[in-house]
Amino acid sequence: MKTVTLAHGNGGQENNELIKEVFYNAFKNEILERNEDAAVIEGGKLALSTDSFTVSPLFFAGADIGKLAICGTCNDLAMMGAKPKYLTCSFIIEEGFEVSQLQSIVNSMKEELAKNDAIIVSGDTKVVPKGSVDKLFINTSGIGEVLYSGISSNNISTNDLILVSRDIGAHGATIYISREGIELSSNLKSDCSSLFPLVKALIDEKIKITALRDATRGGLSAVLNEWVKQSNVCIEIDERSIPVSDEVKGVCEMLGFEATSLANEGTFVLAIAKEDANRTLEILQRFENAKNASIIGKVTQQYPQKVVLNSSFGTKRFLDMPCGELLPRIC
Amino acid sequence: MVKKLQLKDLYDGFRDPKTIKAYKKLIDIELENYDKTINIMEVCGGHTHTIMKYGLPQILNKKINFVHGPGCPVCVMPKERVDSAYELSLQKDVILVTLGDMIKVPGSRGSLQDARAKGADVRFVYSPMDCLKIATENKDKKVVFFAIGFETTTPMTCALLEQVIKNDIKNILFHINHITVPEVMRALVDKKDNKIDAFLGPAHVSVISGSKIYEEFPLRYNKPVVVSGFEPVDVIESIYMLVCQFVQNRVELEVEYKRVVSFEGNIKAQELVDKYLIKTSFEFRGVGTILESGYELREEYKKYNAKLVYDEILPKNRAKENKACRCPDILSGVAKPLDCKLFGTVCTPTNPIGSCMVSSEGACSAYYKYGNLLK
Repeated sequence: MKTVTLAHGNGGQENNELIKEVFYNAFKNEILERNEDAAVIEGGKLALSTDSFTVSPLFFAGADIGKLAICGTCNDLAMMGAKPKYLTCSFIIEEGFEVSQLQSIVNSMKEELAKNDAIIVSGDTKVVPKGSVDKLFINTSGIGEVLYSGISSNNISTNDLILVSRDIGAHGATIYISREGIELSSNLKSDCSSLFPLVKALIDEKIKITALRDATRGGLSAVLNEWVKQSNVCIEIDERSIPVSDEVKGVCEMLGFEATSLANEGTFVLAIAKEDANRTLEILQRFENAKNASIIGKVTQQYPQKVVLNSSFGTKRFLDMPCGELLPRIC
Repeated sequence: MVKKLQLKDLYDGFRDPKTIKAYKKLIDIELENYDKTINIMEVCGGHTHTIMKYGLPQILNKKINFVHGPGCPVCVMPKERVDSAYELSLQKDVILVTLGDMIKVPGSRGSLQDARAKGADVRFVYSPMDCLKIATENKDKKVVFFAIGFETTTPMTCALLEQVIKNDIKNILFHINHITVPEVMRALVDKKDNKIDAFLGPAHVSVISGSKIYEEFPLRYNKPVVVSGFEPVDVIESIYMLVCQFVQNRVELEVEYKRVVSFEGNIKAQELVDKYLIKTSFEFRGVGTILESGYELREEYKKYNAKLVYDEILPKNRAKENKACRCPDILSGVAKPLDCKLFGTVCTPTNPIGSCMVSSEGACSAYYKYGNLLK
């Protein structure tokens, strides 16, 4: 690894390599090394997370960069069983950016904050010369109050079942087609949404949660591959039970992608104690953005540190960590 | 009410577990008293991926052995052509445009992805026609279309050239690397030690060229060909068709992918290619130089030829390959990815040594991605 390429930002293998070799080496500490969605600090009372948003285009079907910036950080906190409370936000703006667009983005942020009952308490604004950034970058950081402790991607065992909260890949597919100007007449829109209300419902109903992770860059494949390594288990997924919308399937067909590697911004993966899995499904399905929730697999020791995909006609294969830049096939 | 055709209608039935299991049984029945192994070369990397992605060798009769072929345009691209693309991309006045994962293939000095990280303007497009927009938006630059692919993508390059001429666009140039399937198939069966008993014919290529391009293989070489679609049901049905030929002692050209492929193919596309391009020899990585297996721009369109315009800066020397890399053997059906010592250790998708690991159509990439450890 001599230079940073776009592949190092893919949420997959190269991304992990960069983080481990450069950042973890320098910043090494016990909390960081747990490699969770948010850091649990202050004796388990608080959760802390940060994320930067550089999406292009800034406005897309289902959301915009503002909504994404709030959902991203609030969801990371929710994935540790924490209620998002206080956020900061930094804007890096390219000169010439239209104020009306900025206003619209900030309004989206305001709406999404309300859904999480969280507030922005500090911020920063930088304007840089044209060409220094692509229109607008936003960073958000957040602190949440841990309502349910003990959630960890390092504790998954054969006592758990694996669920996904809705159909996968909608965000990645939406961004891809809007970025590349592929004209499709479809209802495809990003899944971008706040997940805290869903997590809160699970906590209120006393579901035994082992691990939660929102399947952002790198998609479902990345989450499951991180989990099997962190918990030293095998996760076996039933291909038929993974919900994928027809629109996302269509985009994958055309471009040669796999829905399991596409990014999501309002979809999370759950490792839940077996006895609670069906009840979890019922609770999630009460929410509009989780009506397609599904139990997708089990935890075994068949191939430790590997994710196995069982097909409907009796074959199996590994579901690997996504790698490289997402590129369309040639033929 | 007439149901509107949905995209999923194009593949749903072709992944049906019941159909796949039924074909598996039929193949087992046919092969019950057949005592030889049938070595089937899937020429196209798309087929290799279907075979590995859906785990077909796990359920298929052990008398079926897949031999992987040279049908991936990225895999067979010789290193010096990648080096040319790299050099072109580093020219200050050039925007280098190409298709898909060509940008990941390592050349002698790096890949186009590396060139891009150094500041080169490298872009990939879905359709060569996208070059028109890039050229209009960047009038001070030369857009060089690094054209790759077999018969499938060649007409699109010619359609772009037609538009460039028609609209008198001055800043689009072409670096042509188009190749053809029958010539490389012929080169492989001409090799004395080839292990090929039959071919799965590439489907998309045949949509353009028609199934007629494979006629010579049953007739002259005694090798059956079934032109197959890319879905798992297509592939297993094609295997069944080939098995029937062997059991019944027939040697024929058959088409499984009848829903799209005709005997004559797309005549208009063929005419377009003939109008702008002329056959030339091409060095297939792993197989060697094959006469009339590639295309070049016709003399009358030489002002659009990036190879001539940028002749001075393009590398002239033959590039060195890594000696331990077995891509050449894998591409010519002599070895399989697991026979290569570098596979999965030194050579991985994040650190590819050979092109078969780079390309999303490559055999090594398919083995690594879908089943390198499932034995």
